[in-house]
Order: sequence, then C-alpha cells, then structure tokens
Amino acid sequence: MKEHGPGNVGYIAVWAALVVLTAATVAVSYVHLGMMNIVVALLIASVKASLVALFFMHLRRESRLVWGFALTPVFFLVLIIAGTLSDTLFR
Amino acid sequence: MRETMWSGERPLNGNASPRGYLEEKGFWAWAYTLDHKRIGVMYLYTTLFFFLVGGVFALLIRIKLMFPGQHIFTNQTYNVMFTMHGALMIFLFIIPAIPSGLGNFFIPLQIGARDVAFPRLNLMSYWVFVAGIVVILFSLVRPMDTGWTFYTPYSARTSADVTVLSFGIFLIGMSSILTGLNFLVTIHKLRAPGMTWHRMPLFIWSMYATSIIQVLATPVVGITFLLLAMERVLGVGFFDPAKGGDPILFQHFFWFYSHPVVYVMILPAMGIISEVIPVFSRKPIFGYKAIAYSSVAIALFGFFVWGHHMFVTGMSGTAAIIFSLLTYSVAIPTAIKVFNWLATMYRGSITFESPMLYALTFIFLFVVGGLTGMYLGALGADIHVHDTYFIVAHFHYTMVGGTVMGLLAGLHFWFPKMTGRMLGEKMARPAWLLMFIGFNVTFFTQFILGFEGMPRRYAEYPAQYQALNIVSTVGSWVLATGVLIMFANFVRGLFRGAPAPPNPWKALSLDWQTGSPPPTENFREIPTVTDWPYGYAGRQT
Amino acid sequence: MSGEVTHKEAAMTGHEPHMDPATAREAATLGIWTFLATEVLLFGGLFTAYVIFRIKYPRMFYEDHLMLDRVLGAVNTIVLIGSSLTVALGISAIRKGKVRLLRMYLSFTILLAATFLGIKYLEYTEKFSHGLSPGTDIFFSLYFMLTGLHGIHVLAGMVVLGAVLYLAGKGKYSESYHTPVEISGLYWHFVDLVWIYLFPLLYLVG
Repeated sequence: MKEHGPGNVGYIAVWAALVVLTAATVAVSYVHLGMMNIVVALLIASVKASLVALFFMHLRRESRLVWGFALTPVFFLVLIIAGTLSDTLFR
Repeated sequence: MRETMWSGERPLNGNASPRGYLEEKGFWAWAYTLDHKRIGVMYLYTTLFFFLVGGVFALLIRIKLMFPGQHIFTNQTYNVMFTMHGALMIFLFIIPAIPSGLGNFFIPLQIGARDVAFPRLNLMSYWVFVAGIVVILFSLVRPMDTGWTFYTPYSARTSADVTVLSFGIFLIGMSSILTGLNFLVTIHKLRAPGMTWHRMPLFIWSMYATSIIQVLATPVVGITFLLLAMERVLGVGFFDPAKGGDPILFQHFFWFYSHPVVYVMILPAMGIISEVIPVFSRKPIFGYKAIAYSSVAIALFGFFVWGHHMFVTGMSGTAAIIFSLLTYSVAIPTAIKVFNWLATMYRGSITFESPMLYALTFIFLFVVGGLTGMYLGALGADIHVHDTYFIVAHFHYTMVGGTVMGLLAGLHFWFPKMTGRMLGEKMARPAWLLMFIGFNVTFFTQFILGFEGMPRRYAEYPAQYQALNIVSTVGSWVLATGVLIMFANFVRGLFRGAPAPPNPWKALSLDWQTGSPPPTENFREIPTVTDWPYGYAGRQT
Repeated sequence: MSGEVTHKEAAMTGHEPHMDPATAREAATLGIWTFLATEVLLFGGLFTAYVIFRIKYPRMFYEDHLMLDRVLGAVNTIVLIGSSLTVALGISAIRKGKVRLLRMYLSFTILLAATFLGIKYLEYTEKFSHGLSPGTDIFFSLYFMLTGLHGIHVLAGMVVLGAVLYLAGKGKYSESYHTPVEISGLYWHFVDLVWIYLFPLLYLVG
C-alpha cells in the first residue's frame, strides 16, 4: 500500500485474465466431466480469487501480518466444514 | 519499570484535574463520548444491570425448584424464566462484561495508548449493543421458551418470538465483533514505544486471544441465527428434517460459536487473575511466556472441540471420538495457567485484600469446574450425566466460579483506578465470604443431584430430589445476599469512598502509573517501556 | 489520517491525535482485513451448508442448477469483475491525487453494482414466477440465501462507495490522504471475490 500498485496497465491485464477465466469456466461447464467439473470450476475460481486478492487488493505488497489476517479465516472455514463433515459423512 | 520506580503518591503522569476523565458531566458527554474509558464504564453499568436482572430470574427458578410438582409458577413460565436467565446472562452479561467493559477501559491504559485504534467504531459498537438489547426487549411480547441454545426444530416452530430475538442477538454479536476487531488492531498497532509482545501485561495477552475468538467465531452464530429467522420467515429448510434439512447442523453451527465463546468468557477473567496474583504476592509472575502463549493456545484449541456438546444428539461415532479426544487438548494450556499462578504465589508475601480473595476463589472454583469438564469430555461419562444437573453445576462453576469471580476480582482491583475512590474492605470481605459459601451450597449440591440423575431444564422433578433442591435454593439466597452487600459496597465506595491514590496496590503495569481516575488523554506523555510489568521484589527480607 | 481529520477528531474527543498518519493507515488496513475475515466466516456457515447438502443430495443439486440461467450469471460475473477494475483504477487515480478521475471511476463502479442488482432482480422475479422460492427445496434455499446475503453486501457496498464519492466531491481525499477510499475498495473487491465462488457453485456445477 505504500508504493504505487501494479499500474493501470497491470490492472487491465488482471481484469482481462479474469474475463477469460470466466469464459473458460462457463465453457467447461457445458462439457460433462463428472466429478472433475466441480474440481475444475473450483480451481478456476481460486485462481480468479487469488488474482483479485493479490493485485486488486494489493495483498502482494502487504506485510506478513496482513497476510496472516487474510489467510486465517480460510483455515477456520476449512475447520468448520471438516468438523461438520466428520459427523455427517459417518452418521 | 522496576520496583524501585514506585513513586509513592506521585504518579508518573499526573492529573490536571482530580476527577480526570470523569470531569465532563451530562448525558451527551457520555452518550457521544469517544473516550474508551467512558465507553468501558457504560458497558460495565449496562452489563452489571443485566447481571442483576439475570440474577433475579435465577432466584425465581430456584424458588420454583424447591417443590417437585407444579407450584408457584406454571411450567411455561418456568421455561421462559430459565431461557431468559440463560440468554440475558450469556449474551448481555458474561460475554461482554469483561472484554467490552474492563477491556475497553484498561487495554489502552495498559499498553500506554491514548485510546483504542478506532474510537468512533468503539462508540458505535456500544450503541449497536444497546440496539440489540432494545430488540431483545421487544421479543418479550411473546417470550422465549427454547432455552438459550435455540435448538431446532423446536425453535423453528414455537410460537415464541424467536425471529425478533435472533435479530437482537445478531446485533449483540455485531457489537462483539466490532469490539474484538478494535482490540486486535489496537494491540497490534498502538503499544507504547518499548512495549514488545513479551513486555505486555498478561491481561492484554488474554484480551488478544479473546478478540481472535470474537472475530472468528461470532460471524458463524450471526449467520446461524439469521438462517433460523429465515427458516421461520421464508420457510428455508436447512434445519428442518421435513424439508430434507438437518437439525443437528444447527447445533454444529451453534457450537462452532458457542464453544469458543466460553473462552471469550473465561480468558479475560484468567487475564485479570494473572494481573492480581503477582501484585498481591509481591512476586514476579511465574512462567510469563507459558501463561501468555497458553491464552492463545486456549483460543485456538477451543475451536476444535465444539462437538463435545453434541455427544448424545445422534452425531456419528467417528465425530464423537474425534471431538472427545480433542477436548482434552484444552485442559493442557488451562492447567499450565493454574500451575503458574500457584507457583507465583509460592513463598510470596501474600496479602488478602478483596481482589486477591476473589482471585483465589477463582482458582479454587475454576479448578472444580474445569476438572468436572474433563469428566464431561469423556464419552462414556458424558452419556451418563448429559442433560442432568451435573452439567448445570459444571458450567456454573466455570462461569460464575470462573468468569464472575474474575470479573469481581477485576472490579475490586481496578475500582480505585476507575472511580478515584477506594472500596471499603470492611464490607467487601463479608460479601465475598457469603458469596463463596452461597455459591458452593447452591451448586455443589447440583453435582450430586446430577450424578443421582436429576435431569436439567424440566420444570418438575421426582420428589426424591427435593431435599437437595431445598439446600440449593437456600444457598442461592446466601449467594444473593453476598451480591447485594457487594453492590451496596460499590455504591458506597462511589459516593463515600476515600480518595484513591494513583497506585494503591503498588502495581507496576502502566495503568497504575497515571492518575486515579486517569486523565482523558490517559498519559500526559506516552511512556517509554523498558521492562516487563511484573518485576516485583519478591519476598521481603 | 490527514491533519484536518485528526484535528477534528481531537476537537471531538478532547484527545490529542492518538495515532500518527502512518500508524493510522496501517491500523485501518489491518482493521478492514479483520473485518473481511469475519465476512468469510459469515458466508462460511452457508458454504458449510452447501458442502453438507451437496454431498447428501447430489441429484437435487444437479437438476435444480439447470433451472438457473448461467448466461445471466456469467454476465453478472463480468459486470462485477468490471466494477472491481474500476475501483482499482479509482484508487490508483487518487494515489496520484487525481480526484476527478476517482469520482468518475467510483460513479462507474456504482453504476455497475446497480446493473448487477438489476440483473439479480430479473433472475429473482423469473424464479418466483416459476414458483421457485427459498422454501422450494434445499438447493433453492441455498441459492436464495447465498445470493441474497451477497446482494445485501452489494447494496451495502453501493452505500459505502456512494459516501466515498460524496466525500471525494467535497475534497476530502488527496494524494496524501485517501485511506477510506482504499478501505472501501478492499471491501468491494471482497464482494467480488465471494461472487467468484458463488457463480460456479450455484450456476455451473450445482
């Protein structure tokens, strides 16, 4: 946040990548891959989310403290899903 | 901050006005204040008021339970009363009292800051809290009878106003989140020069851990109550088996918040105990780092054990075994704290002023509460005593014996700092003694009742349990008498107490190095910290 | 915070400014990331429900998701990604002190947000006209709760960005002080980020 970000060209490049990835994920959804459909969709979504976080949200230039604050909730999200699954999957 | 720095009656950063931050008067000077100390005081008044209201409900419950059949109140009234007792005590008293009240007041003082990071957010958080209370009062039109846990499917169907109450608690949760967020940032960014993490008072460490829980767990209960309300309003079916939903899922969500939140209740109290014990033992705290890190460990481990509230719900055996095992992990950091407090006192020059009496009571009662918690974490034992008075006794030993005793230790400890007046020890001690006796008579009997199989929550019970119930009810009267004397002492101290010197307990943390009461800006100059706040001289030779 | 703001705060609180500008900016950044963490877990409850029920009712999820309009969903994704870009460009503008440019980009962003909600409104009315409501079944419960909660966040974002736009018009922000712009921008990107997951989970792989 201290210095200037990636610059406007960089932002537009990120935006273009996001648009392309959106098109890709829609296109893949018309192809039947079974279980792989969700894996591919989530992978693409995660790449998009990372692009937004790293460049638009400037996480790339943030301190380790901010990284910690940004990633901690993801861990707890996994925890609540995993803990609940440990019940519902084996009931 | 070595012990030689005690400045007797002369504070490091003195007062311009003897009334300090209390100088400005009038309703708006409080309602619009951005001063963390005033906001803290407003929280304290609000939460202590609901402590008394919740206490009245408790007394009524106990009176009803003197008789096995349907006496005095109808069973429906009883259901409402124990729900209100639980909901008010949990959401309006025990969760916010220490963090939002004492935490607000003392975090900036102890880290040598002028205020919290976001004073306006802090004020907003208080008024959101009040808005939540107003909404909760509205729900009394059709009062709640679900117990404070709101379990589905009953809560989705009862004619009581669950929707409104859910919304009220959503607001209370929001306030809690904002407070936690504010404290996290404050502790990270506003420590005085020289105050490294390992020079922070242990109360700050415990509040840091508490804030982590508030921030990460509270949103989950927010969405849970929102979904519960939507279930009633829009017919959403996540928790409704008739629609393919899963009522146990509600309990998972609920306890993902509500188990960690018991550490929101207990951790700040543990922080207070860590402050009080070295001051009244005149010894450096033993195992500073162990106590500090164990706070964070408790916060973290607390997220992994929520399933132990659900052993008898029909949860999978796999989950039950995992959660049972994980539950024991919380015992480790908790025990670390207790042993370190004991080691701090060992060969100290202990004096028994009222804060220390409450701190010692905390250790004693909390160990009973904690160890009985170990029984409950064990699958087999839990199935035997689940939903009996054993559980009621267990959590009252942790919540009242733990959190409330910690809060009272803190209130007696910091009363001179907050008000500028001393509390009379003559009334404080009998009040403490009555509470100690009353509490144990009330709740120890409930351990026995629970072991004998008396189920909790029901309005009626088999006549064989009556004798012990009468004992328990009489105990509640003794307890209430102690509480009343204590409050009378607070009021007396507020108006008649002798003027307090800046540092009556000769404590070393920064909060005591400024005036009593502190000036609005806390410190004339921001102090530079060169040492930890526990360098007491040890045994006087 | 700028001298002006801290001065005003000092007048309001009777406090000395309690943070220097650099600390204030770092605190604000840390604060908003903390807030976003709470948001992750707010949505987290619904995501957990999604996982649980998707495993339990794969067939229902498959059949129901075909009833959603994935073209409209994709368009909305593009709209939201575009709004993220305009916010990023707006922040980059104010970092160079270009207030007019900031206001232009913010106006675009709010317009795109309104477009998003407009399309959402079309989708909702279409669903209701086919008798699909939050009470229809678990999938539609999830659909309406997730998109509804997200929609409320979009609405809140519009209010926040509108306030920033208004204050920018009053000349509150400059090259040296624009923390609120950055903060609300981060919030807006987060709203986009949630949608990036909602779109495939609901429209594509149901």
